[in-house]
Amino acid sequence: MSKRIDVSDLDVFYGDFLAVEGVNMTIDARQATALIGPSGCGKSTFLRTLNRMHEVIPGARVQGKALMDGQDLYGTDVDPVTVRRQIGMVFQRPNPFPTMSISDNVLAGVRLNNRRMSKGDQQDLVEQSLRGANLWNEVKDRLARPGSSLSGGQQQRLCIARAIAVKPQVLLMDEPCSALDPISTLAIEDLIAELKSDYTIVIVTHNMQQAARVSDRTAFFNIAGTGKPGKLIEMDDTATMFSSPREQATEDYISGRFG
Amino acid sequence: MAVTTSTPPQRGADPDVPADAAAAVRAASTGRVASRVFAGLSTGAGVLILVTLAAVAVFLVLEAWPALTASSEDLEAISWFNASSVAAYVGPLVFGTLLASVLALLLAVPVSIGIALFISHYAPRRLAQGLGYLIDLLAAIPSVVYGLWGALWLIGQLDPVFTWLSSTLGFVPLFEGYQAPAKNVLSASVVLAVMILPIITAVSREVFLQTPRLHEEASLALGATRWEMVRMAVLPFGRSGVISAAMLGLGRALGETMAVLMVISPGFLYSFFLLKPGQHQTIAANIASKFPESSGLSVSALIATGLALFVVTFAVNFAARWIIARRAEFSGAN
Repeated sequence: MSKRIDVSDLDVFYGDFLAVEGVNMTIDARQATALIGPSGCGKSTFLRTLNRMHEVIPGARVQGKALMDGQDLYGTDVDPVTVRRQIGMVFQRPNPFPTMSISDNVLAGVRLNNRRMSKGDQQDLVEQSLRGANLWNEVKDRLARPGSSLSGGQQQRLCIARAIAVKPQVLLMDEPCSALDPISTLAIEDLIAELKSDYTIVIVTHNMQQAARVSDRTAFFNIAGTGKPGKLIEMDDTATMFSSPREQATEDYISGRFG
Repeated sequence: MAVTTSTPPQRGADPDVPADAAAAVRAASTGRVASRVFAGLSTGAGVLILVTLAAVAVFLVLEAWPALTASSEDLEAISWFNASSVAAYVGPLVFGTLLASVLALLLAVPVSIGIALFISHYAPRRLAQGLGYLIDLLAAIPSVVYGLWGALWLIGQLDPVFTWLSSTLGFVPLFEGYQAPAKNVLSASVVLAVMILPIITAVSREVFLQTPRLHEEASLALGATRWEMVRMAVLPFGRSGVISAAMLGLGRALGETMAVLMVISPGFLYSFFLLKPGQHQTIAANIASKFPESSGLSVSALIATGLALFVVTFAVNFAARWIIARRAEFSGAN
């Protein structure tokens, strides 16, 4: 249950402002793809276009094509709601629903899709998803407590459990560890390594060591200057990108010369 | 000598201290004075509220005391006093007050939540601003104008509705026996509902607008439609705020005088016939109608009913606090 995404000639606009220009990218199934680059280079903006979450921002629109196993994500007859049910997302800051218990948080997405589900099936799904997010052992005795009672790292893993409970094809992660301490970060990175055997994962990160640790492929985005659009500079196997990148800008960024 | 070390040194007290260090110390100590003054002012304001509340309560009890302790013969001597004790007199009034207010709340809250959600999450921005402004204007209309509107216009408009209600749903005791003109408790509730609509809408709108973007995006990213997003993120987050808003509205409805006085045909019964005239009266409207012709013990009796209203309002607010506190853990405030 994971699919590949092919993006061709994708431009992203905020109103009249061209934020990201001309992205061509193939995201392979069952791999972790990292998007790196300096702040403001459009990597998060690009990530959001993959599940049409950019439409939440007033004035944002895209030109170009994004196909998930040949299915056009921007087709006129495609409902963004359907796209988002297949392409899950984890955000920069953990955002469990504060008014719901831990198990209700996990079930939140599933309840949108199919309301009729037996109690037993629900419990099984909660356990399976929380185990999938490496959180089960920590919360199994307090599933009825509010999601906001957990620590930041646990909340983020709860959000991952919530995202994988709906069995998406692709999982997008927008700097999932930037608000977490090193130990919680390690827990999430281990989790990504496990999840990529089942899901296509795209992760935006500011942390190059993290990109090197978790991803199979890495894409480097850069921006020529303020007010200029962000562009995809190059994309390759992570090992190649970090040892012998083709572009000078990539090497400068990776070696810490700017950004 | 801990006392002397803790007091700030005066200027020139110690010739060894350099001038700018002394100035810094002086600035710090004026800052401390300012913060002490502010602390005093805000504490004073807080205490003033309590004192005012206590003063009102004491006034009500003292002034009501003669009526509370009067013999039933003395009370029955009051021309309009149709009971043998204050409690028996005030009972139907409390009932009427609560009935009219709760009905108004039932009518107003769903509409208010709808308007607030439309403004906060559905309407285009320019329309939302205009509509919000219009709703706030409703709150600025004096209640006597609402009373005139209710008595002279609304009653006529409600007549066919009530006739239909009574003829089709008349088998339900609530809607039995409608008599024109519609000077009944339901008409009063409709006027009250319109009056409390702005406050409930305004507060709910503010609360809905404060829903964290993160939570809205979380539900959208799970594939929620806009309505599902509202149900998952906005309404649960705004729950306690909406309850507070409803209680503010209820408080206004409980104490509303003129509009009820002008619309309702009064009665002193424990009655659930919403469409019959002469069944109900509210405390505030009753005081307003009886006060001009009262003196001595009868004033005291009216104040006793005012005391009852005070207690009811208090109880309503406590109930609201309790409802909110019960689920504080899930409120998102932590």
